[in-house]
Amino acid sequence: MTTLTVQGLTVDYGPVRALDGVGFEVPGGITAVLGANGAGKTTLLRTLSGLVPARAGTARLDATDLLRTPAEEMTRVGLAHVPEGRGVIAELTVEENLHLGALGARAARRGTASRFDLTRVYELFPVLGERSGQLAHTLSGGERQMLVVGRALLAEPSILLLDEPSLGLAPRVVAQIFALIRELVDRDGLTVLLAEQNARSALSIADRALVLGLGRVVADESAAALAGDDRLRHAYLGA
Amino acid sequence: MQQLLTTTLSGLTLGFVYAAFALALVMIWRSTRIVNFAQAPMAMITAYVALVLIDAGYSYWIGFAAALLAGFLLGSLVEWLVIRRVDASNPINPVILTLGLFIVFHSLAALIFGSRFRSFPAPFGLRGFEVGDTTVALTGFGIFTILAVLVAVGGLVLLFRFTDVGLRMRASAFNPEVSRLLGVRVGRMLNLGWALAALVGSLSGLLIAGGGLVHPSYMDPVVVYGFVAAVLGGLDSPAGAVLGGLLLGLSLSFVSGYLGSELVAMAALVVLMAVLLVRPGGIFGGIAERRV
Repeated sequence: MTTLTVQGLTVDYGPVRALDGVGFEVPGGITAVLGANGAGKTTLLRTLSGLVPARAGTARLDATDLLRTPAEEMTRVGLAHVPEGRGVIAELTVEENLHLGALGARAARRGTASRFDLTRVYELFPVLGERSGQLAHTLSGGERQMLVVGRALLAEPSILLLDEPSLGLAPRVVAQIFALIRELVDRDGLTVLLAEQNARSALSIADRALVLGLGRVVADESAAALAGDDRLRHAYLGA
Repeated sequence: MQQLLTTTLSGLTLGFVYAAFALALVMIWRSTRIVNFAQAPMAMITAYVALVLIDAGYSYWIGFAAALLAGFLLGSLVEWLVIRRVDASNPINPVILTLGLFIVFHSLAALIFGSRFRSFPAPFGLRGFEVGDTTVALTGFGIFTILAVLVAVGGLVLLFRFTDVGLRMRASAFNPEVSRLLGVRVGRMLNLGWALAALVGSLSGLLIAGGGLVHPSYMDPVVVYGFVAAVLGGLDSPAGAVLGGLLLGLSLSFVSGYLGSELVAMAALVVLMAVLLVRPGGIFGGIAERRV
């Protein structure tokens, strides 16, 4: 089981402090990162995957110092980040997108012990197999989300960062994708950090939840406890 | 009839050279959104590399290979030393920068190689084949030109379509951030893209030079023609660049053959303006659907 440990993480965008001493631990399972727009969810994920430089703090994935790992090395230390807005490469085919994901897996993770290969991804998302030769920009929103999750899995990650996977999707599709993520965690031991505005859906599959408000951690507790905490829900989640 | 054949064949030959040059421009435009005006002097420098070797007694082919290698290295070096460091948030910055490089390479060439005209050899005959008692305008060097460009284009197609490196290069061009998150070393891929583009540019420079004269400005008209060909093809499409090059070569050859060679440069600009007014996306360019 993979452990992500974050301490005192601080990020500035020019004069604006986006993250202010964020600390938490993800011991496995699904951790939801909740909060309003501008609370720092996306910044947190982008900092962990090396896209945004941190001003201070530490972030470790088991023995790896994430803040000293460049973004293009992240898949090789076992971290896959599915960015906000899906991030399909629209001009490539579905299969090329997936193949690109597999190329990012570190050598030791490829091959025999592989949990996720192309066959498995096509089993998980049959529609991707049906559309493997199509350019990715012809896919619907839900299919794109399946493509980016499948592509991330092919890198054989130990931790998966998902940024707003429910954005713009029909509730039925969200439920389907979230159920599948839960299954991957239970069956394959994947660890997931799930940033969501859709608190209700996220809490329904999460083990723990972290609530961010203006760049600080305002709550860090079990998903069940948070779901029952009316005061927090009203104050930070608008639900 | 013979004039028609002659005009068509010389237009095709020239068209293949423009195609190669346009392809080099398109490769760089696609991956870094920069129109590389320094492409012509970069090719010119590498033609001098070949000329120096040939004048020193080495065979044409040694010079040819050395020039292509020099093009590859020069492209990589320019990307690494200059392009990578420019603040591209304002798209005019890299354009001015490549114009600056244009002047720098010109001065360097004049300084190192002198600015007089020097004749450049050709590996094959420059006289047309004789069929019966008429001479066809297709020369041995013309055939070599067409084959060389076809081999280069074919090689690039194989690289981009069927190899992992090609897939990584395309992904880096289309979406650098997502590519990084997938473990692609984007900087390295863009550098390789510049190197390969400069190699193709060098090839066009060698083909223009063959059997003619070189001097520091000999490639400059090709910038205009290559750019027109690239725009004709949509600037974003490698296949379009090749077709645009052929189309432009043929059109200009017909203008030169039937109307007068002094009108060629003007005709190229008329074609450019017509395309920009009627089909700004290029003849082969689809509707822009990038950066979703």
